[in-house]
Amino acid sequence: MDILNETLDVTLSTIKDVLPIAAIIFGFQFAVIRKKPANLGQILIGFIWVVIGLSLFLLGLEWCLFPLGRLMAEQLTDPTFIHGANATIEMAKGVNWQDYYWVYWFAFLIGFSTTIAEPSLMAVAIKANEVSGGAIGIWGLRIAVAIGVAVGISLGCYRIVVGDPIHWYIITGYIIVVIQTSFAPKLIIPLAYDSGGVTTSTVTVPLVAALGLGLSETVPGRNPLIDGFGLIAFASLFPIISVMTYAQLSEARAKISNRKIAAKADQ
Amino acid sequence: MLSSVRDLLPIVLVILFFQFFVLQQPLPNVAQLLAGVLFVVLGLTFFIHGLEQGLFPIGEAMAHAFARKGSVFWLLLFAFSLGFGTTVAEPALIAVAAEAANVAANGNMIEATEAAKSSYANGLRYTVALSVGLAIVIGVIRILKGWPIQWIIIGGYMLVVIMTMFAPREIIGIAYDSGGVTTSTITVPLVTALGVGLASSIKGRNPMVDGFGLIALASLTPMIFVMAYGMLI
Repeated sequence: MDILNETLDVTLSTIKDVLPIAAIIFGFQFAVIRKKPANLGQILIGFIWVVIGLSLFLLGLEWCLFPLGRLMAEQLTDPTFIHGANATIEMAKGVNWQDYYWVYWFAFLIGFSTTIAEPSLMAVAIKANEVSGGAIGIWGLRIAVAIGVAVGISLGCYRIVVGDPIHWYIITGYIIVVIQTSFAPKLIIPLAYDSGGVTTSTVTVPLVAALGLGLSETVPGRNPLIDGFGLIAFASLFPIISVMTYAQLSEARAKISNRKIAAKADQ
Repeated sequence: MLSSVRDLLPIVLVILFFQFFVLQQPLPNVAQLLAGVLFVVLGLTFFIHGLEQGLFPIGEAMAHAFARKGSVFWLLLFAFSLGFGTTVAEPALIAVAAEAANVAANGNMIEATEAAKSSYANGLRYTVALSVGLAIVIGVIRILKGWPIQWIIIGGYMLVVIMTMFAPREIIGIAYDSGGVTTSTITVPLVTALGVGLASSIKGRNPMVDGFGLIALASLTPMIFVMAYGMLI
């Protein structure tokens, strides 16, 4: 019975999410554009697939991955796991950020793997691949973004452990973004900016939030209300940097191989 | 189906690795776990199918129709409704707003009563939704005019940095996070299709350069508006 109830709950809440969007779209379609879209039937079926797919997806996550992931975040930040049996004595000596190395690894790997499974990133990657005529690979973009999220979240965890104020990190990141913008290939800039926003949705946010909250509750001297937030900001800033880096690297590689071809032609 | 398995494999591997090698504990409820993974794989497959059948075509068709109709007013109204309407009901935003109300009550910025908290949370929610609506409007105007995105974004960043210096300390983390939570799984494909569709149906616009960038704006303005909200109330 529980399973049935849960299925119903999740499906209803997904429908509640989709409904306002569908109302706006079809409202404008019929009131303003006043033309039936050519393939209305197909589009409506597509919406139904989206609702079913998203409900199943969320249900599956809520069932298996989230509880386990949250439990792991709790266990990994638990003082007895980090310091062994004499945790209280160790804790009294103050915080040593190197003790938390498993937390950084977990943050890195979970950030990477959840971003790979993020549906909205897939949507943007599919579109970018289509628009760029295949020049931007779906996997290339997704992996670049995932590396950005992974680095961002582990750095964010480090920040919670040492207790630095968040804005210095974010402002430094902004400065890097501004500098990179002036050197990166023009075509990639809007896409890079966008990839900051798409990384953090259905899959990443719940797990990352649990990690941040777990850390700020167990590290002595941290306040969950002030330090528990901010991981998502890290996760949406660093992909911008990594996607621009990816574009710069592929441009540089193309230049080098062009030069090689030119050199061969000269001989 | 196969590609969904591949998408999901990294998470499963990471969780198994930490469970067995780092935490050294057995898996609880193996049957439920397997069923969950199966659901996620199926869900992802259906979602991507629906995306290509429904969300992408309607987003692009509407962008083309608006471009042909040539009415900027209706286009901007549509852009605003799309941004506002998809954000105001976003569950992640509701959660963050409630959390922010708790923070504000603890910091003595508002009274610690349920009524004060819920009015603060609702105010914050509408502020963020308004800011996302505005962001999509600005983004659409940018596509129409062909302005380069970097000046708008960098200008926005500067505003964020300046406001960080004056905003109450408790609100900063939440403000930074609220930029990330506004863009949901259904909004992103639609907004992307809208931008790309517009840019490809207007002469002289490049869908790659001009089509993307709407989501970036939608995750920037909430930061500014939430900090402003924290400063004013």
